[in-house]
Amino acid sequence: MKILLTAKGIEWDSKMDPRFGRTEFFFIYDEETEKIETYDNRAIANEAHGAGPKTAQKMSEYNINVLITGNGPGGNAAAVVNQTGIKVFIGAGEMTVKEAYNAYKNGDLKEF
Amino acid sequence: MKIAIASGKGGTGKTTLSTNLASFWAEKTTIVLTDLDVEEPNSGLFIEGKKVHQENKFKMIPKWEKTDCILCGNCQKVCNFNAVMKLGEMIMVFPELCHGCYACSELCPTKSLPMIPKKMGELKYFKSDNLDFIESKLIIGEEQAVSLIKQTLDYVNNNFPKNTIKIFDAPPGTSCPVIEATKDADLILLVTEPTPFGLHDLKLAVDTMRKLKKNFGIIINRFGIGDNKVEKYCSENKIPFIAKIPNMRKIAELYSTGNLLYKEIPEVKVQLENIITFISKYQQENAL
Repeated sequence: MKILLTAKGIEWDSKMDPRFGRTEFFFIYDEETEKIETYDNRAIANEAHGAGPKTAQKMSEYNINVLITGNGPGGNAAAVVNQTGIKVFIGAGEMTVKEAYNAYKNGDLKEF
Repeated sequence: MKIAIASGKGGTGKTTLSTNLASFWAEKTTIVLTDLDVEEPNSGLFIEGKKVHQENKFKMIPKWEKTDCILCGNCQKVCNFNAVMKLGEMIMVFPELCHGCYACSELCPTKSLPMIPKKMGELKYFKSDNLDFIESKLIIGEEQAVSLIKQTLDYVNNNFPKNTIKIFDAPPGTSCPVIEATKDADLILLVTEPTPFGLHDLKLAVDTMRKLKKNFGIIINRFGIGDNKVEKYCSENKIPFIAKIPNMRKIAELYSTGNLLYKEIPEVKVQLENIITFISKYQQENAL
């Protein structure tokens, strides 16, 4: 499973970013290879409109299976997520990246 | 002649002034009142008229046809509003984000994004004696006010003679919809309230009108609350101060039941007469 977490930093100890469209970073963990990839999404702050679809488009380039975030994607971003078949888990906005990943593994997060 | 009634701050009394001024003036001459606050038009609550016309308004959006598409992603690159996205093997269009600029469609090398009409709102035309009232309203989910405002202005300009007095109730704020609603007006009336918040947003509106090189004057609503800083600001900046509508409980009561004010409150009538005198003088001086 390749998992993308919306985060405010690029470490396991970083805080999660509860927002999807305007998340500051992607923290991507590949469970098979145990490799971590990150993406700096902070330029999204300059977008007045359409942050959701733009971030979702970027996400689609990473071929992920699971998205873990806080509030869940809004309408436009959700339309993209539906197209891609990515599973979305929400409610991890107040956790660290590590805590969010563990909560997902334990089945403690709500599926969107 | 075109008169736009605008404000910086919302809730200062644009609609109150627009509907009372238009109805009172229409007792003497033909007036066209148009509600351009297409996101939430409410002038209609105060105007009783017979509906004589209704039409749907459309915006043009791209529709992806996959047959010839080579997935080059150019559409996504040229869109300033993130309304077209390449997702793997498909192109996705977000109609609500689209401004209808045609860039993706015109610049597509395989002509795979033809533009198609999408309903964005409705225009309605009501008539009541000397008063013609037009309002447009966006349908739920639509957020591109500018296009509908432009189409509504075109309708009014095409259907009424140039020298008719046209009053436009503009949206609040100083962003694109306000620019569209005021840029062709001959005169702008800025409504404010005499409070720090009112003055702050009035200054933004004044700066906007100056950028647009518009002639404008100021009307204070709810005169008697707050302080005298708006009047001071007008005199210091040599801005015409046209009228002051008093702050009265009775006004709020009439407004809240959908009634016009001038019929029952003589002070309001006096202030409307001041405004009409100011506009008429401006009209004569500028041969409008």
